Amino acid sequence: MVEIGRRGLLAGLAALGAGACSKIADSETGRSIFNAAEGWHRAAHRALAGKQGLAPEYAPEDRSPGFRGNGSVTVDSDFYRGEMASGFPAWRLMIGGLVDQPLALSLADLRALPQRSQITRHDCVEGWSAIGEWTGPQLATLLDAAKLREEARFIIFRCADTLYGRPYYESIDMVDAFHPQTIIAHALNGEPLPEKNGAPLRARIERQLGYKHAKYLTGIDAVASLDDIGAGKGGFWEDFAGYQWYAGI
Amino acid sequence: MKHRLSTRLWHWMNAIVIVVLFMSGLNISNAHRYLYWGNYGFDPADAWARVVRFPAWATIPQRYDLAEARDWHSLAAWPFALGLLLIWAAMLANGHFRQRLSTRPADWTPRAFIASLRAHARGAGDVDSGYSPVQRILYGMVLGVLLPAMVLTGLAISPGIEPAMPWLVDILGGRQSARSLHFIAAWGLFGFVVIHVVLALTDWRRIGAMVTGGRRKEGIDG
Repeated sequence: MVEIGRRGLLAGLAALGAGACSKIADSETGRSIFNAAEGWHRAAHRALAGKQGLAPEYAPEDRSPGFRGNGSVTVDSDFYRGEMASGFPAWRLMIGGLVDQPLALSLADLRALPQRSQITRHDCVEGWSAIGEWTGPQLATLLDAAKLREEARFIIFRCADTLYGRPYYESIDMVDAFHPQTIIAHALNGEPLPEKNGAPLRARIERQLGYKHAKYLTGIDAVASLDDIGAGKGGFWEDFAGYQWYAGI
Repeated sequence: MKHRLSTRLWHWMNAIVIVVLFMSGLNISNAHRYLYWGNYGFDPADAWARVVRFPAWATIPQRYDLAEARDWHSLAAWPFALGLLLIWAAMLANGHFRQRLSTRPADWTPRAFIASLRAHARGAGDVDSGYSPVQRILYGMVLGVLLPAMVLTGLAISPGIEPAMPWLVDILGGRQSARSLHFIAAWGLFGFVVIHVVLALTDWRRIGAMVTGGRRKEGIDG
């Protein structure tokens, strides 16, 4: 049975190569090569698009009929359920860390700020996409109001939800923090944010994949380094499963 | 006919890179096994294709791991795209494209196809003389259509690239269309590789020639 022999040989070769692959991936050197390639992608994207280059925005009729909820689709606490039922009267977004003027903002405070509405496409790392209209103040407005300090290099998003028993969080650098489409959304398609999409507040980081768009926001911290937060890789999925910190690809 | 050093280096580097991209791509496909047309798509009811779950032995890494598969895919994308750019620059500059890959209308006739296949079966062909019409067309399609399509559709599904080239996503019919085309082109390439390897195995001299460069025959290679 030559056919089986050849097939077995091919499968064997594939397994051999793939075995070598996992050795490389687990090594220090392998990791640093992957990180370098990720950095080149980020640098190339920003060189080509410019730091302020906008993600495409769509017309109302281009929106998808629904908007899938993925990852956490609720927060498992009595406080959250009570807030969800009553329109989040006690919910506060705490802005702190490397700022001169820490803030505690209610939903009414956030709605009173200048608003940006954008119909954008949400691309999940898994491959699917949905399109919806998001509304909220720009993150830049909040950071300016809180008087961000010079030494801040990253923005951390703190979340109420947990996945696999760990608190969700995410982070971005100052290029994305001050990007015009980076908003703290409280509405989707003109309605208050649905529970599965992160009620009452979620970040929109339009040039990156969905896992960067933290949901159920409770806090925004300015920091100089990601090292002491979580496991130090800049986000829940980055820490938990080795996902890329830069999710523009 | 002798294979140039640039051709041989690119060929084998690209062979390795394509295997890494394909196998890590199968792992990525397992994350959401539905393909859509248009800009959005997340509901399997709207999918035009439901893709099989690729077995672990066919993927990099050898278990479902989207994060590590993406590491391999994003890394290998660099030598793949830059290698293609360099080999095209080299082929246009050194006359490789004009001499060996360009075709005449007569090459596209059934008669030319049959003559090429007969010559290949006899063991004649690229080792001794230039590429046959079938080889010229096949290699030209791979170099000119399938490989660039992989790069362009790959760029189009990267949200970080889109602000720089929104037109690319538009001409491909939207992000989910680009993702579908990325998948289709990958399998087109897989089909080519199967045919290519089977035909190459019919004459070991051809594989040797792609390693060493092969014999130089007077008056044929310039």
